[in-house]
Amino acid sequence: MSDARLSVLKTYKLYVGGKFPRSESGRVYEVTDPKGKWLANAPLSSRKDARDAVVAARKAFGGWAGATAYNRGQVLYRVAEMLEGRREQFVREVADAEGLSKSKAAAVVDAAVDRWVWYAGWTDKIAQVVGGANPVAGPYLNLSTPEPTGVVAVVAPQESSFLGLVSVVAPVIASGNTAVVVASERAPLPALSLGEVLATSDVPGGVVNVLSGRTGELATPLAAHQDVNGIDLAGADAGLAEELEIAAADNLKRVLRPQAVDSDADFTAAPGTRRLTAFLETKTVWHPTGSLGASGSAY
Amino acid sequence: MALAVPLWAKAPCTSRYARRYAPLVTMRTTPPTKTEEAGRATPGAFADVTTSASTLRRFLHGLPGVDAVGLEARAASLGTRSIKTTAKAYAIDLAISMIDLTTLEGADTPGKVRALGAKAVHPDPTDRTTPRTAAVCVYPDMVATAKEAVAGSGVKVASVATAFPAGRAALGVKLADVRDAVAAGADEIDMVIDRGALLAGDYLKVHDEIVAVKEASGSARLKVIFETGELSTYDNIRRASWIGMLAGADFIKTSTGKVGVNATPANTLLMLEAVRDFRAQTGVQVGVKPAGGIRTSKDALKFLVLVNETAGADWLDDHWFRFGASSLLNDLLMQRQKLATGRYSGPDYVTVD
Repeated sequence: MSDARLSVLKTYKLYVGGKFPRSESGRVYEVTDPKGKWLANAPLSSRKDARDAVVAARKAFGGWAGATAYNRGQVLYRVAEMLEGRREQFVREVADAEGLSKSKAAAVVDAAVDRWVWYAGWTDKIAQVVGGANPVAGPYLNLSTPEPTGVVAVVAPQESSFLGLVSVVAPVIASGNTAVVVASERAPLPALSLGEVLATSDVPGGVVNVLSGRTGELATPLAAHQDVNGIDLAGADAGLAEELEIAAADNLKRVLRPQAVDSDADFTAAPGTRRLTAFLETKTVWHPTGSLGASGSAY
Repeated sequence: MALAVPLWAKAPCTSRYARRYAPLVTMRTTPPTKTEEAGRATPGAFADVTTSASTLRRFLHGLPGVDAVGLEARAASLGTRSIKTTAKAYAIDLAISMIDLTTLEGADTPGKVRALGAKAVHPDPTDRTTPRTAAVCVYPDMVATAKEAVAGSGVKVASVATAFPAGRAALGVKLADVRDAVAAGADEIDMVIDRGALLAGDYLKVHDEIVAVKEASGSARLKVIFETGELSTYDNIRRASWIGMLAGADFIKTSTGKVGVNATPANTLLMLEAVRDFRAQTGVQVGVKPAGGIRTSKDALKFLVLVNETAGADWLDDHWFRFGASSLLNDLLMQRQKLATGRYSGPDYVTVD
């Protein structure tokens, strides 16, 4: 018997609604490393896949936004645990996708896992930072609490295929939103593998949906979609970002514009809370304190 | 005995597709009758069938058995048609115009019925080119409210009756239920058959009950609900269809929407074959209404394909084909908005009901 064995090639698939479908269109495209060596075929999603992903994200939103912040933190920490377990795979994929050496890729993956843990810790703290009791001159309490915006389309960074991806996806879901992620067009494989991690780590199906394909083709219908509440333009170039922002204005989406800090070198720097607070709405409520008049409660 | 050219092949199928492929893909589902053998079909072709329990039983059991695998395969293959652009726009508007907008909850209030009526008249208030729905469908005690809500719009009011949805009541009670609804102004009556009697083989009881209800409903059109999910077999659905048509139903309807299995493409296809064959043999056209479980535009379009390819284009009209649905309308409206604006709509832009 021959010693040679046929290696098993991986079919990369989308991650939508907790499942791993192929593109509705049946299309794929070739993914190569920076030197042009073929790595794998990735699904070339169509706008219908984007629509299906929005439906899945909308369906998941109630449960995820309604989960306690503590529970969301636990679930996100679990994702970090799973990422750690697949470290070798991600190191290999990041090294191939970005043309990095093994050791540099390992550093990127470690930073991404740490970033995930960092955001996991924020879930039950963000309310204290951006919400709280407001001082008022009257017999009532006034409280502001942050609430998630809804379904957020995330155009993931093009160059930083994994650390950049984690840096834009984790804050969106940490604050209770659900996400439709358009993976880096040239290097989508780490994002598609992240879907496999999320599927095995208690994140409810539909909370994160990962699409691969042409950024312009997918982001345009998402930006115009009336059931998407926010869009992060991190991975859109200047021309596309402008176009998407115009489309997004139609139903007053929250738009996070790409900024200089989104340039890829900077994903290694401490992220701050900018992305964490980008897709939060502030709900302010008034509570009578019940101490009108000298006798106590007037109600 | 067999005719050289079967009568059903000469049936007035107006769809070119249906005409071309009918001999290939459809199998006749009735035995030849005496009048047919004489080369002449009349509405009275089946007059002798319902004279006694045994003749009716013999007739129903003489219907060919349903090829379940073939039926489901055909229903599935007709569901694969791609319908785009202008055809899709036409189909969406047609589907909207065929909807019996339904609310059948214990918690129905006059306010909810009025809101439903308003929606039936103007399904999309932001776009007045949207066609109105065919009817609103309510419980008998809400008929008067519904009638008021749709007054002057051409939208009909359908009322379920005969102890809907179970139908387990004495005949007198059922008829009183029907008369009540008709007196309140119902244009259409949706009755349920006695599934227990059908399953027990008492076909004549089912038949006579439909005849009695038909008489009680007067000028209101009668839709007969079989509750296909409770009939166990396709053969029973075919038998029920024939009982309903023989008893004078204006419409045959799949389900109440109150059980686990409702309208499916396969059972609707089976009923469409029955109305096609019934018209071929008697000249009487009977409508079909699938109800329950049709929630998306895609599903609705599949049913329209079934209609066109089975019964023919004569049935592509709200007088002969209806959808019993409530949430379907919102999805059709969102698709309509998508076609009009080019961007995907969302549930925030249609009513919550």
